[in-house]
Amino acid sequence: MISILKALWRVFLHAFHKRETIQYPEQKAYLPPRWRGRIVLTRDPDGEERCVACYLCAVVCPVECISLQATEDDSGRRYPEFFRINFSRCIFCGLCEDACPTYAIQLTPDFEMAEYNRQNLVYEKEDLLISGQGKYPGYNFYRVAGLAIGGKDKGQAENELPPVDLRSLNP
Amino acid sequence: MSEPLLSIVIVLGVLIVMLSIAAGLIWLERRLLGLWQDRYGPNRVGPFGLLQVLADVIKIFSKEDWIPPFADKTVFLLAPTIVMICVLTSFAIVPFAPGISVVDLNIGLLFFLALSSMGVYSVVLAGWSSNNKYALIGSLRAAAQMLSYEVFMGLSLMGVVLISGSFDLREIVLAQTRLWNVIPQFLGFIVFLIAGVAEVRRLPFDLPESESSLVAGYHTEYSGMKFGMFFVGEYLGVTLMSAMIVTLFFGGWLGPAPIPGVIWFAIKTFIFICFFILLRAALPRPRPDQLMSFGWKVMLPLALLNLVLTGGIMLALG
Repeated sequence: MISILKALWRVFLHAFHKRETIQYPEQKAYLPPRWRGRIVLTRDPDGEERCVACYLCAVVCPVECISLQATEDDSGRRYPEFFRINFSRCIFCGLCEDACPTYAIQLTPDFEMAEYNRQNLVYEKEDLLISGQGKYPGYNFYRVAGLAIGGKDKGQAENELPPVDLRSLNP
Repeated sequence: MSEPLLSIVIVLGVLIVMLSIAAGLIWLERRLLGLWQDRYGPNRVGPFGLLQVLADVIKIFSKEDWIPPFADKTVFLLAPTIVMICVLTSFAIVPFAPGISVVDLNIGLLFFLALSSMGVYSVVLAGWSSNNKYALIGSLRAAAQMLSYEVFMGLSLMGVVLISGSFDLREIVLAQTRLWNVIPQFLGFIVFLIAGVAEVRRLPFDLPESESSLVAGYHTEYSGMKFGMFFVGEYLGVTLMSAMIVTLFFGGWLGPAPIPGVIWFAIKTFIFICFFILLRAALPRPRPDQLMSFGWKVMLPLALLNLVLTGGIMLALG
């Protein structure tokens, strides 16, 4: 009986507590930087696409919502001809971000992507590409990779020694 | 104003005020529950969410009014009206202020007790005619609960009747001019409060409709406005019970002079309505067997003790 009265009193005191509700459309909840929300494709510091169309994200995706087609430009750089994410399937697991070798695909703290039309949830490359570098500024895959592309030969990457001249190696 | 016109105005006034209070309580309950649970409740539709009630009414009217094919149609339709009629009729004997009451029965208290026992028919018939096991279990619980709590609800009021020497609610209020009944009849007040909560099937005594074990209890099969009538009937019951507590134990319309009696009555009733909502916010629901043993083993002896003590003291004082 006493415990019931104590419970009543304690609940009554909650009338003077601060309310926990975040009034959503006017006030926004804090989203941590690693929040797994809307997926973007980032660019390298030179403004070029980071994606090298390796298909790792499409392979790892558990719901197979990513589809892309690789192609190559004149300088030998690989890039996706199209890159499509079906957000009506996406479960925002973040495995594509983990799999990406070039930090191209990244998840962002944004969840407000509701649409009236289901088809509008299919994002094409121009919808996904952002102009910035996302969470990993300064990273440029082709500048650290040993791959030779137009304008950058073997041995010219950062922290890379020139290739060994086999013929100069005397026994 | 002539006599019949005045009584028509009072009848219509009581009807309209009570129905709008019942609608407003839906909003009040949700806001108060929110307040006590550190959230807001409905606050989007209109100022402070007041138009939420209107939105709810529009929604409930546009719902499909479905009668299950396996139900007993006549009784199924009749059941929700009984609870409304019983509670609304009970308001006839509530003295809101000197001169403001629909009828001035000299057996007003008995009339109230009789009508509140009639209310159980609504619940039992609703559950029975639904032809649904959850509804039937709910209405069985309601019958058991209301019949056993009815007993000491009446007994707890006999102390008040002894003190004021009348079944007339107006006389009972006037007998409290010097001292509110809650002080000499504190035990009776506690018993009546608990019985009242059980009588209107509010939490923590809402076993007949416990969502977690019985889907929705006796109104499982009801939808649309028929469900709405049960809903409004429940809120009317809360208002009636608060009004009766105020009339019987807290001096009805009596209060310091500058504020008129009706306002005093409304303030006191409002406090008790809020208390009913606080009960819902704070207390869990007991098991049916706990409910029954609490009623028969604790409350009934308490009510009898109260009656014997009051009678003895009245005799000793002459």
